Amino acid sequence: MLEESKIQTANIAEYRKDFPILSRQINNKPLVYFDNGATTQKPQVVIDAVSHYYEHLNANIHRGVHTLSQEITLAYEDARIKVQQHLNAAHSHEIIFTKGTTDAINLVAHSFGKKYFTSGDEILISAMEHHSNIIPWQQLCEEKGCELKVIPISDSGEILMDAFEELLTSKTKIVAITHVSNTLGTINPVKDMIACSHRKGIPVLIDGAQAVPHLAVDVQNLDADFYCFSAHKLFGPTGVGVLYGKEIFLNELPPYQTGGGVILSVDFQKTTFAPLPLKFEAGTPHIAGGIGLAAAIDYVNQIGLNNITTYEHYLLEHATNRLQEIEGVKIIGNANKKAAVISFIVDSCHPLDVGTLLDKQGIAVRTGHHCTQPLMKLLGIPGTVRASFAFYNTIDEIDVFAEALKKTIRLLK
Amino acid sequence: MNFAQIENEIVEEFELFGDHWEARYEHLIDMGKSLPLIPEKEKTDDLLIKGCQSKLWLKSYFDGTLVTYMADSDAIITKGIAALIIRVLSHHTPDEIVQAELQFIDKIGLKEHLSPTRANGLVSLIKQMKLDALAYLSKSAKQ
Ligand SMILES: Cc1ncc(COP(=O)(O)O)c(C=O)c1O
Repeated sequence: MLEESKIQTANIAEYRKDFPILSRQINNKPLVYFDNGATTQKPQVVIDAVSHYYEHLNANIHRGVHTLSQEITLAYEDARIKVQQHLNAAHSHEIIFTKGTTDAINLVAHSFGKKYFTSGDEILISAMEHHSNIIPWQQLCEEKGCELKVIPISDSGEILMDAFEELLTSKTKIVAITHVSNTLGTINPVKDMIACSHRKGIPVLIDGAQAVPHLAVDVQNLDADFYCFSAHKLFGPTGVGVLYGKEIFLNELPPYQTGGGVILSVDFQKTTFAPLPLKFEAGTPHIAGGIGLAAAIDYVNQIGLNNITTYEHYLLEHATNRLQEIEGVKIIGNANKKAAVISFIVDSCHPLDVGTLLDKQGIAVRTGHHCTQPLMKLLGIPGTVRASFAFYNTIDEIDVFAEALKKTIRLLK
Repeated sequence: MNFAQIENEIVEEFELFGDHWEARYEHLIDMGKSLPLIPEKEKTDDLLIKGCQSKLWLKSYFDGTLVTYMADSDAIITKGIAALIIRVLSHHTPDEIVQAELQFIDKIGLKEHLSPTRANGLVSLIKQMKLDALAYLSKSAKQ
């Protein structure tokens, strides 16, 4: 049975008003935005925080003695503290601002790889990784003569834990796995996987891009060594993201990029790098993005991530039930624990056709391989249609979507 | 019929449906079903058009005077779009095809409704059709 959620439908109607774009019409139909896995919409408070920065606070950070520069430096560092608290990191200097998840993973692959990897070492990822958590490691393997090992998954889309433990060997230098699969919705048992890896002394990076919008994350409780996410999937601006890293690792790693901001002193013979976090933040960062991310975190916390998780679960169950009623629809990914992401295929209909006709009805979904081509090959399908929800979506929207999908299938058959 | 006449015919067909998007797409899907298909055993990877989210194969034939096209796709709407273009360009001389400027795509409001990936695919398709025609043109010029 569907569990009645703490967030009542009445509240959702109020929250929706915080998101200007949600009142748009698409193809003369009210927008139904089910592509939150790609990026989430922005509430007015985030938009305002970004404009306020440019209108009233703009200056460069960490550089000037003048008042504006000092004010914005404080505001930017407050944003870092906000992220620290949000992830429950031990120190604010363990929070590195990046361009996003992809950039964060590249940073670790580069710096960790440079420091610790030698020929014959292994990197362990899962079969459901996003290209962003595959290619940087592949590049490292080519460079260093290492090998990428892949944890297999079950038909329902869950990591095979026995196989995982067997793949953890003395050659494994790092484990890099996604917290939530962007294609299947699976919530991986990352806490157990981290504990298991740590028993063998292997550090773990968690790709939290799809977890952070849906679940409360506590990096100390998980005991993650690295954890990354993108602000734009958490109702914040594009072009900014976060790498959390344990101090002990971050202190050891060489910088990723170099230039202004990362130094203590430079002469032509040698550069002494700045302490954390600045060592990893070369050049002028996305200041407005950091400010916007802080506003997004405040916004989400005012609703409460636990409330969001419960409500989204209710959306997911309803969507699952509605899709299962439709003949020819097959849900891809039936893990026991899923976030509000639902992928499906339709008998003898190409995902692209389904997506095109849903769009005609005002419904935004994603179609294709979702940057998980190896997973698609494993499943033997060219792609899926993916509906991914946020807390501002409603049961009514899911019903509109289900009816639109039926019509789509009628047209395509 | 020349290009303009065929194009007008298509535009008129689509205008019949007015703003009724279901009917427009139904028509496009029907066109897809009538697409002259490439025989299965000739559908090799080198015939694939790049830049499409769906697979799209194109094959052309030249009888010394006229070029004929065949295509296939795993997506039905893509097939429909290919069918429309083939209907316009097929059975013309290489010279005519190379010179052709297609107008109907904008007129039937197709392009504005195509996703950028699909619009790219459409551009690549027309480009490949013209390249094939160009190859036939230079071949017949040599003879
Ligand atoms: C699981 C996962 N990892 C990484 C990324 C990459 O995020 P970004 O493009 O913001 O760097 C995504 C985005 O789709 C994702 O879903």
